[in-house]
Amino acid sequence: MEPVFALLTGIFVAVAVYLLLSKSIIRMLLGVAILGNAVNLLLFTSGRILREVPPVIGAGLDVPAGATANPLPQALILTAIVISFSFFAFLLVLSWRAYRVLGTDNTDGMRVAEPDDVQPPPLGY
Amino acid sequence: MSSRRRLDTDSMAVSSSPADLSAALVLQPVAALDWLVILPVAWCISIGAILMMIRYKGMAQPLVAIFGLAVLVALDAGLLWHVAQSGPVTMVMGRWLPPFGIAFTVDLTGALFALTSAVVALVGAVAAIDDVNASGRRYGFYPFLLLLMAGVSGAFLTGDVFNLYVWFEVLLISSFGLLVLGAEREQIDGAVKYGFLNLVATTLFLLTTGYLYGIFGTLNMADIARKAPGLQSVAPLVTLTALYILAFSMKAAAFPVNFWLPASYHTPRIVVSALFAGLLTKVGIYALIRIGVMLFPAEREQLGLVLAIVAALTMLTGSLGALAQSDTRRLLGYLVISGIGAMLAGIAIGGPDAISGVIFYAVHSMLVMTALYLAAGLAARLGGGFSLGSAGGLYRNYLLFTALSLMLFFSVSGLPPFSGFWPKVMLVKAAINGDASWLAAILLLSGFLTMIATGRVFLLAYWRPVETQPAAAPQPLAFSALLPLLILTVLSILIGVLPETLLNLAQQAASTLAEPSAYLHSVFPAGGAP
Repeated sequence: MEPVFALLTGIFVAVAVYLLLSKSIIRMLLGVAILGNAVNLLLFTSGRILREVPPVIGAGLDVPAGATANPLPQALILTAIVISFSFFAFLLVLSWRAYRVLGTDNTDGMRVAEPDDVQPPPLGY
Repeated sequence: MSSRRRLDTDSMAVSSSPADLSAALVLQPVAALDWLVILPVAWCISIGAILMMIRYKGMAQPLVAIFGLAVLVALDAGLLWHVAQSGPVTMVMGRWLPPFGIAFTVDLTGALFALTSAVVALVGAVAAIDDVNASGRRYGFYPFLLLLMAGVSGAFLTGDVFNLYVWFEVLLISSFGLLVLGAEREQIDGAVKYGFLNLVATTLFLLTTGYLYGIFGTLNMADIARKAPGLQSVAPLVTLTALYILAFSMKAAAFPVNFWLPASYHTPRIVVSALFAGLLTKVGIYALIRIGVMLFPAEREQLGLVLAIVAALTMLTGSLGALAQSDTRRLLGYLVISGIGAMLAGIAIGGPDAISGVIFYAVHSMLVMTALYLAAGLAARLGGGFSLGSAGGLYRNYLLFTALSLMLFFSVSGLPPFSGFWPKVMLVKAAINGDASWLAAILLLSGFLTMIATGRVFLLAYWRPVETQPAAAPQPLAFSALLPLLILTVLSILIGVLPETLLNLAQQAASTLAEPSAYLHSVFPAGGAP
């Protein structure tokens, strides 16, 4: 199973990077969302999907029949989902506001904070 | 839990060593002083919540916030004293023994950084009385400040890599709130760049932590430091370290990934810029020290040359960028970057001498960069804005303020007798002893360029007489407006004149990082188990 998940994670990351390199804020937002999910999948996979040895229970003792999962990555992913969701929400609102205020969703056009036509500092007085 | 069943380790790398439940829990009560480990974070969150409730009460807010931050300074000072007396201290959440429970482990490095950041935040809160108006208060400046401090303190005090990620996110989301406070055009523009690039950096941090967990099966820093030497030949630790260095360099604004900083740091209210310059990038440096020096020293050494080149380029782009700016706030943003380069140079050289220089430099940089932004804000209020093209005339009317600013300019350039001098001496010395004389040369060159840039600010904004002098008398400068600047400048002079205490602390902190047996013993008192 792990190789399949590893490939899937790789595709997710590639798609996210492609979208993040775009100049359109909306595409970048989609990239952020996909990147968050790629990382969640990676955390899930790096905890090993099915384990030979169930967690917590000692060696040679009664174990549940059937496969068991590792609980820790799930806790990590839960935290990461909450965080990435809140960041996505903030960035979504920020982008909408930027579109309203700056009148563009093209990052090349966002030069208000760093104007192109700045005079160099005077060399003397 | 039946007595027949036993607990085993959850980690993949460790052989099974059965232990019963009582052995997996901390059963003795926590010593009273050890509560200091968690108190700074819990205190900040509580005061932040209270401030959120009273955010429509204009005058009560700064009072509660300043009281809260003063207590935070006291707590962090107590923690530093406790750690200096009895070595690293650990407290574990939920009474589970490490590596199961999330550990908060404080050593000298963390305690020193936490104390300095608390002092900076306290000064920032005092400065904000004047700088943040009623609407800024209503939009939650003070709650965000306290939550930012919760994140910063948590990052400095935690002993768990994933927990470090969580505190990074706490401080990042609070910094978003502070950055867009007021929602002006420039702020929105800066916040878009700051937001996206920092989010990518923390996501990269999380991604690397996923790999770390896949390799080690644990997230506890002490456990990782213990296991890393045994896995060097079988696991891709250099790749892991390189990814961490990239992620934290982005947070710290190192050269190729620093463009979010000059794009955003000049946009918010000046006190917010001051706090950001003092606190945020240093958290990245702290994480780099923790990962690169304590957890993966051998791997960091392999990447030493890359780090050194990045450090040199960061120093040069920072100080050259500062030379090219005509807006004082943007100029200071580049000086922040240049300082980050100096600290990276120390991390690249490695060894206790260089690392103690880095720790010293970080303390100096937190105090002085905050002070410089506050000075720039005050200068703009008194004499004609942030642009070097039009500002001037401060020397004639505000002598004390001019003197304080000049001292800060000397301090940031690394001239004696101010706090910037000693860390630069330590770093240059370590660079020469570490066969990296070229890095020492660049350290000195960057200091020289910084001197030119800040000297020009002094010449133009302070010394130059204003040509079109209006007949109006200069507006009076209240002592309360000068107080935050005065505190930070006095601290900088004190550190410069009497460096022994801080020097000893930094050296001890660096030796604990290089030889983390005391740190490990604090987390795993029994030595062997599990």
